[in-house]
Amino acid sequence: MSTPEERRFVGRLQGQVIFAIGFVAFSVLLLSQIGEQTKWAKGTNLFAQPRFWPAVGLGGMVLFGALHFWRLPRHRVRRTDVIEARIWAQPLEYALWFMGYVLLVPIIGYLPVTMAFVPALMWRMGYRSKRILWIGVAFGALVVVMFKSLLQVRIPGAVLYEYLPGGLRSFFILNL
Amino acid sequence: MELIFSSLDILARWDVVLALLVGSVGGVLIGAIPGVGPAVAIAILLPATFSLDPIVGLTVLLGIYGSSMYGGAIPAILVNTPGTAVNALTTYDGFPMTARGEARRALSLAYSSSFFGGMFSVICLILFAPVLAKIAPMFGSREIFLAALLGIILVVVAHRGQALIAAALACFGIFLNTVGLEAVKYSKRYTFDQAFLSSGIDLIVVVLGLFALSQAFFLLQGEDEKTRITRLQGGLFQGLRELSRHPRIAGVSASFGVVMGMIPGVGEFTAQFLSYTYAQKSSKRPDDFGHGSSEGLIAAETSNNAVPAAAMVPLLALGIPGEALTAMMLSVFYVHNVVPGPQLFQNQMDFVVALYLALLVLNVIVLVFLLFATRHLVNVVKIPNRFLGVCILTLSFVGVYSLRNSATDCIIAAVFGLIGFVLKRLSLPAVPIILGMVLGGIMEVKLRAGMARVKTPLDFIERPISMILFLMILGVLFIHFRRTWLDRKELRQEKWSTKHSSTSFGAHLSRRRNFLLTERGKARRARRSMFSRRSTDES
Repeated sequence: MSTPEERRFVGRLQGQVIFAIGFVAFSVLLLSQIGEQTKWAKGTNLFAQPRFWPAVGLGGMVLFGALHFWRLPRHRVRRTDVIEARIWAQPLEYALWFMGYVLLVPIIGYLPVTMAFVPALMWRMGYRSKRILWIGVAFGALVVVMFKSLLQVRIPGAVLYEYLPGGLRSFFILNL
Repeated sequence: MELIFSSLDILARWDVVLALLVGSVGGVLIGAIPGVGPAVAIAILLPATFSLDPIVGLTVLLGIYGSSMYGGAIPAILVNTPGTAVNALTTYDGFPMTARGEARRALSLAYSSSFFGGMFSVICLILFAPVLAKIAPMFGSREIFLAALLGIILVVVAHRGQALIAAALACFGIFLNTVGLEAVKYSKRYTFDQAFLSSGIDLIVVVLGLFALSQAFFLLQGEDEKTRITRLQGGLFQGLRELSRHPRIAGVSASFGVVMGMIPGVGEFTAQFLSYTYAQKSSKRPDDFGHGSSEGLIAAETSNNAVPAAAMVPLLALGIPGEALTAMMLSVFYVHNVVPGPQLFQNQMDFVVALYLALLVLNVIVLVFLLFATRHLVNVVKIPNRFLGVCILTLSFVGVYSLRNSATDCIIAAVFGLIGFVLKRLSLPAVPIILGMVLGGIMEVKLRAGMARVKTPLDFIERPISMILFLMILGVLFIHFRRTWLDRKELRQEKWSTKHSSTSFGAHLSRRRNFLLTERGKARRARRSMFSRRSTDES
């Protein structure tokens, strides 16, 4: 049976203990480095010191993080907290997909990588219908045309584009 | 009048008109898709707007900001899922109306209320602009510092029940802003001798991570939901007539939206809460609220749409963003070397009025678009969540990579994406981090400049506006601590009312033992010591 504190708690309670401990530990670790990572300028008043605002930020993180932990309805790590923490690790896979996409664009090219990335990730997500996969390919092409060709956002041409013949090469580098 | 004509001159360009169309229609679409929201869209589009003129870029972003709430009402009313976070209150009365077969009436009323709120706030602000132009120059470094401090405190205390962690996250934002080379003494702060940290952590990278990537991860990790949508038949014009029967509620709600929007860190939720409470208390049928009351729907939609225009006031007049969306817009100003603040209000008033006029036109475009296109627009609600996740992940790349073509920025964004995902899972707010970063930077500069001109700390609040702001800070803190104390008292009462001796017999015995060993024991020992004093004789 849940306690009145647990019932009144705003947000998800599972995982809060682990998050709070991690947050405070991270803050304390950073605060312990303040002497090495910031400087104290002699003859300068306190509010203009380079160390002042990092101290305010980190001090606040430690203080309020610790108070948050102290005010939690429970302080022991339960099995449900560990299960929740495992869920936090799941998006690591998508972060890797994202980083793979980032690394391949400058080598293969924005258009081909995007047109392959979208349906590939959709396949990974369980979509098998040809129609939706083609929608993914079209979406990828649309994004490239809209942002790189029309809005001219700064995404460099790929290494592979260098091997294209003359006019096509400069067109691909500038627009796709 | 001359001012309005010169402002219209700024807007009379084909690219501004196109930006208005794209922003308003795009904003409605983004708002109508649950799981995207204006923050994600603005974060992704932000770097793309850097290459545009400030007025064009800001019009697109303002368009998304101002129109997303219109679109957000569609899934809130039809499928009980708010399109944007601020449409949550719309579901209370909107969905019950759909359930009893009045979807068309609910949508029409929501559009009309949103339109009234948006127009009311823009007209108010255009009329107040000359007054604001007179007040804004009274804000020096000290006043801006105190206003930023008030903003950060309001953001923290607005998260009821989560104020401590919101404060910790705001401090995390303040810390993030300090990383890199310090501008005055040129000393490194928390760079750990890494070259990529020397230039600091870019606000846009953090924004993209916390809002766009985290949302993509959240959608990819979840499941697709099946939604059934009610078919809409007939016109949507009846809402305007119905709204005209409730001028008091619409007027008061829009006023709440304007006032709350102008206060940094407060925004839509407080405006909605106050308007809804007022509407319910003053209604002849208060029991209908939450069960499909038209007055409740008017209060919720009018107040939230009155906020965007008002939220631009602290941003434009003082350079202080009151929420995450305006914080993102601030970076557009900085990129174009337009520094929002009192100077902007004094020297470029036509630019400010042009932005307000753009918002005015935008509301008209959105209303016309929605009145004719809603029937087709409702289908966007059906887009599967994980498909959306893939799209957001692909679009996030444009946002992050186009900034500096840096893979390191992408890694940092991915890390913040993971942090944002954890915060989302725990239902903790990410907005304090962004506001901590932006307002922390402003506070650092303004406190240094302000303290250079004062002899004692009390001089800091000697001017009337700084004194008012200081008293407001004290007032907000007092109200917050009082509320926290009352909450704790209520909690204690709840604990006592649900517990009786038998539920914690062990604890009761333990308390009894402690009492005997301490209080009563002490008293006993003290009484005995009166009769048999300790011997002072040496043995």
